[in-house]
Amino acid sequence: MIDLALAFGFIAVSLALLMNLWRAAVGPTVMDRVLAIDTMVVNTIALIILYGVQESTTIYFESALLLAMFSFISTVAYCRFILRGDVIE
Amino acid sequence: MDEPMNRYIEILIAFHIIVGAVFVFVGSFGLIKLPDLMSRLHGPSKATTLGVGGCLIASMIHFGSLEGRLSIQELLITFFLFITAPVTAHFVAKAYLHTEADPESDLPPPQGRYGWSTFVAFKATVEQDDQPADDENEV
Repeated sequence: MIDLALAFGFIAVSLALLMNLWRAAVGPTVMDRVLAIDTMVVNTIALIILYGVQESTTIYFESALLLAMFSFISTVAYCRFILRGDVIE
Repeated sequence: MDEPMNRYIEILIAFHIIVGAVFVFVGSFGLIKLPDLMSRLHGPSKATTLGVGGCLIASMIHFGSLEGRLSIQELLITFFLFITAPVTAHFVAKAYLHTEADPESDLPPPQGRYGWSTFVAFKATVEQDDQPADDENEV
């Protein structure tokens, strides 16, 4: 039963990643692309967690934690760069 | 652990995985379906965060009950995502308002006496910078 749910989860999250990729390619504004990349990282975290459940190992969860931190920092840095023209003033 | 208990736990894990995956899918579908960025923000910042939370709950139940070891990383990821998602959404919306939107025509007037705080503060900063530096000459 968990295998079926995991297969469904992999398909749904992969389709979500493809839709994010479409939004990141089409735009139309810069902030749309930033939002799409941020959502892509969150979906990648979901994919990593589902893979960890499938393989019954917690070894990948540190990478998920690092991805969460870097997505937050990079999104804030990008928005700040667009707002102020500089990241650290 | 006896067999029927195991089965209930498996059903619980599968339920959380399916609910999480559906929410992640709906959030990303909203990202391509909705018309402009201020409405597109709703999908990733609410639905996708909830979907990842569902997957993390499923993973915690899986490792806590079936494997017998409690892993703390899922809790950390959940807290971090739930704390940072509103901050990210706020920053994206603010950058969008300052780059694309016109505060006179695109935005509805706020209810209070003052205008939109982000634009009012920006205008005050610009006017303060534009004033001649009399104070420095007096000192």
